[in-house]
Amino acid sequence: MLAEKYPREIQAIFAKYPVKRSAVMPLLYLAQREEGYIKKESMQEIADMLELDVTEVAAIVGFYTMYHDEKAGKYRMQVCTDLPCALRGADLFLESLCENLGIRVGETTPDGLITLEEVKCLGGCHRAPLFQIQESDTVTFHENMTVEKTMELVEALRKTVNT
Amino acid sequence: MAHLLLRHRDIPGLNNIEVYKQNGGFRALEKAVTTMQPKQVMEEVKASGLRGRGGAGFPTGIKWSFLPDTIWPHYVVCNADESEPGTFKDREIMEGNPYQFLEGVALACYAVGATEGYIYIRGEYYPIAKQIEACIAEMEKQGYLGDKLFGTATSIRLKTHLGAGAYICGEETALLESLEGKRGQPRLRPPFPAVVGLYGKPTVINNVETLTNLPFIVEHGAPAFREFGTEKSPGVKIFSLSGNVERPGNYELPLGTTFRELIFTHGGGIPNGRKLRAIMPAGASSSIIRVDETNFDKVMDTPMDYENVQSVGSLLGSASVIVIDDSHTMDWVIKKTIDFFQHESCGKCTPCRDGNYWMKHLTTRIHAGKASAADVKLLDSVAAQVYGKCLCALGDFSTMAVRSAIERFPEDFAKVTGKS
Repeated sequence: MLAEKYPREIQAIFAKYPVKRSAVMPLLYLAQREEGYIKKESMQEIADMLELDVTEVAAIVGFYTMYHDEKAGKYRMQVCTDLPCALRGADLFLESLCENLGIRVGETTPDGLITLEEVKCLGGCHRAPLFQIQESDTVTFHENMTVEKTMELVEALRKTVNT
Repeated sequence: MAHLLLRHRDIPGLNNIEVYKQNGGFRALEKAVTTMQPKQVMEEVKASGLRGRGGAGFPTGIKWSFLPDTIWPHYVVCNADESEPGTFKDREIMEGNPYQFLEGVALACYAVGATEGYIYIRGEYYPIAKQIEACIAEMEKQGYLGDKLFGTATSIRLKTHLGAGAYICGEETALLESLEGKRGQPRLRPPFPAVVGLYGKPTVINNVETLTNLPFIVEHGAPAFREFGTEKSPGVKIFSLSGNVERPGNYELPLGTTFRELIFTHGGGIPNGRKLRAIMPAGASSSIIRVDETNFDKVMDTPMDYENVQSVGSLLGSASVIVIDDSHTMDWVIKKTIDFFQHESCGKCTPCRDGNYWMKHLTTRIHAGKASAADVKLLDSVAAQVYGKCLCALGDFSTMAVRSAIERFPEDFAKVTGKS
């Protein structure tokens, strides 16, 4: 239960807004913290807290791309392939990442470490190719990337997980 | 010339509050709160001619003046949902010069009598949002935010709200819906947010860059601000330069700077001995400007301000200048832009939702060389039917590149449909 696990965070979130419902987005991030996706039970709990129907909460999860309702790899590697990035080789970059990781876009490495995703503009067009890594409720940017640098990062992440 | 917005490039460590204070930080806020009436601040901003930097270019002071004095509370909401492909300026401001930005938000709150301000930051900028929260806490600790500012009765509190990946939330009414805990879908207007905004109350929504201009205007006055830029587009602007240029990045330049100066002097020109073929001055939402030997000098010497970019068949928007060289064809470019808009259409208005679905099929087929000339006509016709028929501008934006590409680069489409 979120309420038992994060009482102080939840209190701070509610204090931010004069209307309860506004808390839904930060609460969903909180629900995503543990396993990188939002479980049905958490949606129900948030719905109860906000006096909403669970369908309304699920509709919000479905609307925003950074909320997930299915388990994926520990790290979601999200590569931007929009026009400005593509002009600087992002499509090729993504293609060779697929080859190096041995997976297609949308798939997860067999060890459950990386899920590779293609996303829309991240606001780093001048430092393409780039991707963000979504893990738990955090995001980190990796810019001016090459396939070599990315594979080194993947190895480093693999080591952190295994130790 | 010293920077006015990207001051962190001249002053290292400006994202530290002490460094900011040593360099004139919070002088404008103190001046406003202790010596000026809110109306005077509003008049100063009106006189400065500052126009919204998020894309629409609407005069900021006039926008503020639409808030009715009979309904309270008023809210200030900062749009930090920067997500137009090709735009990455607000991010640099918030990373490098966060206190000037926050001082600007506080000044806007004071000017319209708001005691609460929300900063809506896109979810992808998570680390930036964390930094902004830390800066807000620091300002509260030092008495620049909170109650009894500078010993007066003025209270201003700022809070952040993190988005979760939806381009549409940069549209101001969708942003308000999102902040209210709903799906980010635009509202019908009127009523405008200035009257019925956040939680049904009068609300001002301004872009990060717009607000970051305020400390200078309040401290030095409107005439000093008008020394930069043009008569109708005063001030400086951050141009986000991307695509096929040697030195992509943000460039703070006076409005009215020419394309030539931005792309060649600052951007270093086109790499790999390629030629400039097209420019999209307002990101993926632009009509595409064709550049060839017949109009090269005319386009290059066009001043980039809200009026003149129209003379070459496009708009300045948020000044996210995407440069495209002659190794690319427009059937590919519009496939890319439509991929984006189809994904980002919020689904509320049928012409945008369905139109973009069909445009995606058509652009994909055309780019794959599996289309006929009739498909190109059909694509143009679908785009024409989306235009002007939606609640917000996203539908219109999605058609800009498509229609201008078909009209201005007929050879690219003749080639892929086998009729060259």
